[in-house]
Amino acid sequence: MLHASHLWLIPALPLLAAAVGAAAPRTARRLPVALALGAIIGSFLLSLAALAGALAAPAAKLTANFTWFWAGSTAVRLGWLLDPLGALMSVLVCGVSVLVFIFSTAYLRDDPRLGRFFTCLSLFVAAMLGLLVANSLLLLLVCWELVGLASYLLIGFWFERPAAAAAAKKAFITTRLGDLGFLLGLLWLFHATGSSLFYDGGAGVLEGGALERLAATTLPGGWTAATGIGLLLFAGAVGKSGQFPLHVWLPDAMEGPTPVSALIHAATMVAAGVFLVARVFPLMAADQGLGGVPVHALTAVAVIGSVTALLGALLAVAQTDIKRVLAYSTVSQLGYMMLAVGVGAWEAAVFHLITHACFKALLFLGSGSVIHAAHHEQDARRLGGLATRMRFTYVTFLLGTGALIGLPLVFSGFWSKEAVLHAAELWPVSHLPFLAGLAGVVLTAFYMTRLVSETFLGRARGDGAAHAHESPRAMTLSLAVLAVASVAAGWIGTPAWPWLQSQLTGAPVAAHGLGEGLGLMILSTVLVGAGIAAGGWMYAHSPRADDRAPDPLARRFPGVFAALVARLWIDEFYAATVGRLLRGAAALAAWLERWVWGGLVSLTGRVAETTGEVNRAIDEDGLNTGFDRASDGLRDAAQRYSRAQTGEVQGYLRAVVVGLAVLALLLVWGGIR
Amino acid sequence: MSPLHLCLALSAALFCTGLVAVLIRGNAILVLLGVELMLNAANLNFLAFWRFGPGGGEAGLVFVLFSIAVAAAEAAVGMALVIAVHRHLRSIRIADANRLKG
Repeated sequence: MLHASHLWLIPALPLLAAAVGAAAPRTARRLPVALALGAIIGSFLLSLAALAGALAAPAAKLTANFTWFWAGSTAVRLGWLLDPLGALMSVLVCGVSVLVFIFSTAYLRDDPRLGRFFTCLSLFVAAMLGLLVANSLLLLLVCWELVGLASYLLIGFWFERPAAAAAAKKAFITTRLGDLGFLLGLLWLFHATGSSLFYDGGAGVLEGGALERLAATTLPGGWTAATGIGLLLFAGAVGKSGQFPLHVWLPDAMEGPTPVSALIHAATMVAAGVFLVARVFPLMAADQGLGGVPVHALTAVAVIGSVTALLGALLAVAQTDIKRVLAYSTVSQLGYMMLAVGVGAWEAAVFHLITHACFKALLFLGSGSVIHAAHHEQDARRLGGLATRMRFTYVTFLLGTGALIGLPLVFSGFWSKEAVLHAAELWPVSHLPFLAGLAGVVLTAFYMTRLVSETFLGRARGDGAAHAHESPRAMTLSLAVLAVASVAAGWIGTPAWPWLQSQLTGAPVAAHGLGEGLGLMILSTVLVGAGIAAGGWMYAHSPRADDRAPDPLARRFPGVFAALVARLWIDEFYAATVGRLLRGAAALAAWLERWVWGGLVSLTGRVAETTGEVNRAIDEDGLNTGFDRASDGLRDAAQRYSRAQTGEVQGYLRAVVVGLAVLALLLVWGGIR
Repeated sequence: MSPLHLCLALSAALFCTGLVAVLIRGNAILVLLGVELMLNAANLNFLAFWRFGPGGGEAGLVFVLFSIAVAAAEAAVGMALVIAVHRHLRSIRIADANRLKG
């Protein structure tokens, strides 16, 4: 049991490890690794204690608030929040981190910057954990940005590769667009309520009074303040969680080392957006019951989530890079989570988040194991035949795949995706999210079958795959643990025993038994089967002969496939619009800089130069000459005078005598009596 | 010429002899001798004014006794200085001792 006021210890441990690791000399390779591992295990135990504390009172929002600083008469307050959502996420993040850390010790064993890698990872985990236990939107934003920074550092970890450096920049700048909305939302919220604390004994922004005020404040156009703030905060989540239209950075982020992809760009950081929306759900939902609001914040969330879920799954179909397939799959699954939040089932979103973190970390680490074994070959066309060479990785990868596509009744992904789809089915506003979700199910089954077939089945089509061996123990250990979690994590939230949902909402959720939604389960099982069958028929049935053979899909639908390979030209579209706009602005700025501001600066410089020249002339020719002359005169006089100082005593005496005689004569003449 | 005037003239002659010796002799010991002459000229004046002067009392005589004692001390110090200079410079020519630097 951990009290709320001690929650800061959870992020503090990895932060300390990061600080020491950053200060350690570059030659110390073991120290940062040992520190990072020790800190994350400590945090894991602490978050387990926190979870125990949170589960003891699921409905109570246990907080520990304090004043950070005073700005005039306004107190800026921060705090820690202990509730099942944050505590469960902390356990999840710490647990996945421990496994990824262990995996990384083997994956990056020969990297010269191993210490730096673990330092950045620790920084990331510290920021992520801080984000989870924050009871203040401001503190959450701070950690949010730190997470972005760590992500930037880790994507660009191999910064010698131009692609990695560019991907890091792209990720940072793209998410920054969303963060701008987040920041504006935070400022608006602070302006409207005078607080940024979530829960503050009734005065927090997610509690009754503030929510009513926000929902009652209307803006021109019939919008409420709650809608506006909710949409702005959601913009931050769109950036961080790779939602359409800001999803473009996430696939490129796969340039980072694979453990980074697993931890940050699949399991945890990208889920921060979903977490944020789930955290501020009462605010997002504040405008729900109101008539006359043109757009409900949650409706926008649902629409964006549906588009993303479908788009990600579509784009994943045509990718050939293992990690990019998984990246688009992540985009798609994040879309499912947003969709769930949008239709009001945020607990289903968190459920899917948790199961997704387990199986997507497993899949990414599995792909890392493949890439490591195949000498950094990650193009599925040049792999193949790994099922026999890497049996352990193959089996665990299959388990992860089963969880991702939602094989019924056993795998975790089945239960969480059912929860999401069930909520979408019951959404009164529109059936489009539900249909998009169903389409995504087919596509997911299809592209994962394609990926597994291309990577593991058939025969080796490249040197890397031909000489692959099973990865070392540290990697397979992590895979084994995650495989178990990928299967079992779903059992905490089945309709027959909705433990997770009741803990998250803090109120008992009735167990329906498996009968509820049985039709939906059967439907999605059929869809999964159809996807696997189509994928198996196209790819597993007749594996590609060599790495240059065209994709079966490309033979059948060349136009569609080309569009998907080109990622629907979204990047090109951005380059042609936003990119060109920015380039134009940059050119204008450069012109202004060169001719206007530059001219002003040059002018100022010229004036200063002239003044300096005049000063120098006055100094050198006027003052200096005068002083020189005076000094010379003084020296000459002194020299002449010093000639009298002969040191001859008798000479001095003579002078004294002459002086005395003159004095005496004067006195006599002066009339002395 | 009264006896006072004769005494004063003698004293003046003696003083001038001493002064000239001090000013022009190169030998430090002879310079010291000149100084002694000048002192004794002054003593002679004291005695003359005591014997032939208008005032009463024995002040002039006592002054002379003090003066002789002080002159003895001065001569001793002067000789010591001359010896020290000689040790240092291997010379007692006063023109050689023209530097303060040791």
